[in-house]
Amino acid sequence: MPGEEFTARVTRKGSGSAIVLAGTVDKNAKELIDTAYEEASRGGGEVILDFNDVDYINSTGIAVIVGILAMARAQGQEVGAIGLTDHYREVFRITRLSDFMHIYEESPSGS
Amino acid sequence: MPQLGRRRRGERLEEAPAPEPPPRTRLIDPVEIPQGDPLESVLLSAGGPVEISSVEADSETITRLREAGVELVVPLIGQGELLGALYLSTRLSDQPYSSDDRRLLGSLASQVAPAMKVAQLVREQQVEAKERERIDQELRVAALIQQTLLPKELPAIKGWGVDAFYRPARAVGGDFYDFIELGGGKLGVIIGDVTDKGVPAALVMATCRSMLRSAAQGHDSPAVVLAEVNENLVPQIPPSMFVTCLYAIVDTAVGEVVFANAGHNLPYVRTSSGVIELRATGMPLGLMAGMDYEEKTHRLEHGDVMVLTSDGITEAHNPEREMYGFARLMGQVAKKTKGDDLVASLVGDLEKWSGPGAEQEDDITLVVVRRTASAERSAAAFGDHPEEKRLVSFRLPSVEGNERLAIDTVVEAVAPLGLSQTRLERLKTAVGETVMNAIEHGNHNDPALDVGVEVSTTVSSLTIRVSDQGGGTEMPDAETPDIEAKLAGEQTPRGWGLFLVAEMVDEVRRSTDNGAHVVELVINREGDI
Repeated sequence: MPGEEFTARVTRKGSGSAIVLAGTVDKNAKELIDTAYEEASRGGGEVILDFNDVDYINSTGIAVIVGILAMARAQGQEVGAIGLTDHYREVFRITRLSDFMHIYEESPSGS
Repeated sequence: MPQLGRRRRGERLEEAPAPEPPPRTRLIDPVEIPQGDPLESVLLSAGGPVEISSVEADSETITRLREAGVELVVPLIGQGELLGALYLSTRLSDQPYSSDDRRLLGSLASQVAPAMKVAQLVREQQVEAKERERIDQELRVAALIQQTLLPKELPAIKGWGVDAFYRPARAVGGDFYDFIELGGGKLGVIIGDVTDKGVPAALVMATCRSMLRSAAQGHDSPAVVLAEVNENLVPQIPPSMFVTCLYAIVDTAVGEVVFANAGHNLPYVRTSSGVIELRATGMPLGLMAGMDYEEKTHRLEHGDVMVLTSDGITEAHNPEREMYGFARLMGQVAKKTKGDDLVASLVGDLEKWSGPGAEQEDDITLVVVRRTASAERSAAAFGDHPEEKRLVSFRLPSVEGNERLAIDTVVEAVAPLGLSQTRLERLKTAVGETVMNAIEHGNHNDPALDVGVEVSTTVSSLTIRVSDQGGGTEMPDAETPDIEAKLAGEQTPRGWGLFLVAEMVDEVRRSTDNGAHVVELVINREGDI
């Protein structure tokens, strides 16, 4: 919800890591997401962005995710997403983000 | 008359009042020295006071000065220019002016002249400032008249896209456009241009607009409407002013356009096989009584676009003083654009032509009427339910994050419409992005500037109108972002907003209207998603 603090928490998940995002994904979330990604990618395996607790993503948030995908591509790192609503799944498809990250319907296997 | 004699030694300052002292001074009537008068060159070359009796040249001025009893003329010269002169008649003592007197007068003149020059400049500047203020005030009035009379909303007709662009020149010309709902699925479209600028043009525009509206309700023939307006306008319009005007009636059920033209730029129609002109002849309105107007008919097919323009576009110059012209306009109309992008692409091309920072010479007006590819029920949608219902209207200060407030308020307002979850979510994203753009790019995050949001609906569509106050800058076009380039680090990861908005709604209409950007998001309410 607006005003609620955004958080990005890294957890190990199977062979990879998950970044559990909560709150609004916009430009203000960039620093926390970038830091979380650096931490998560160090652990090896796929890094999954967990959107279950995200209530709003805007175009500046899309730009933050594009930034993560650009870093991942340079490092040869796999990135996935889970917990997207139908609407944001559509947004990820329209923006072609889903061409560059695995969108999990449910929990990824192994979790 | 300056008295330059000295008080004698021993003379008392205070004496008993004398019974009736003889007049000690006498005023000389001001005599102007016209430019080019022989006296002017005498004074300019003299280098000091000039005795009028010794002037050899003759002119009316010199005679008048002599008759007025002037003995000495002291020129006031600044930067080689005769600024004025002191006229002195004979001394009270009847003695001739001594060389001391002349030196003193010369020195006095050399000190007075610069002060006079400054005073003259200050006075000129004051006059100019007053004149500028008067012109500015007049322009404000003219702009206000036009702003008040131009349509506030564009007609929403299913199966049709109507778009308009109007940008006044600094001197505010007399351009106008109008839409008139005529019932039965018919829409009257007017574009016009009053000769002259400022308040006179605005007043004629206002009169002409009322006459057109009134005549349009009474006749279904554009030629008859123009003829009637011409008859009414001729006795009321100031001489040397006239109005060019095109009036078209669009039958939205079948795409038929009936039109007549009173000397206005010809409309263009982009068809699947190229661009054509809609020709009809007729004299401008207000010039001569008893005029007949040719009436023509043209059918707009699905996908055709009709473009009406004012001469502010075709007569705009580039830095090489070449005119934009009809050929270039036609070429631009021919280019394939999506939706209302034709307005943006035309205005963009015109700005490219004029060059950066060029002052707009004349008002620019564009009206675009587009028959979309599928318009089977347009007449029913327009004729039966022309009225729009406003659901909510509110303003928000330009503070980051306020787009969320806008989203919540819009969602609440549209709740009774029972939109599907998919449509509602798309609406939320489109509203959020549009309001965020208005806050950031339109109003530059200035909390003193508001963003206006208005939500209205007809049975067939929902329109969210977002306005900011950043009219000085053009809104960029929505482009499809190149994600490959972004991921390769060749482009900024940002730049998704306009693209997302365009994908989330059925139509985006954008216009710049007297200092405000207006973005209309249109969502069709029919059809399942």
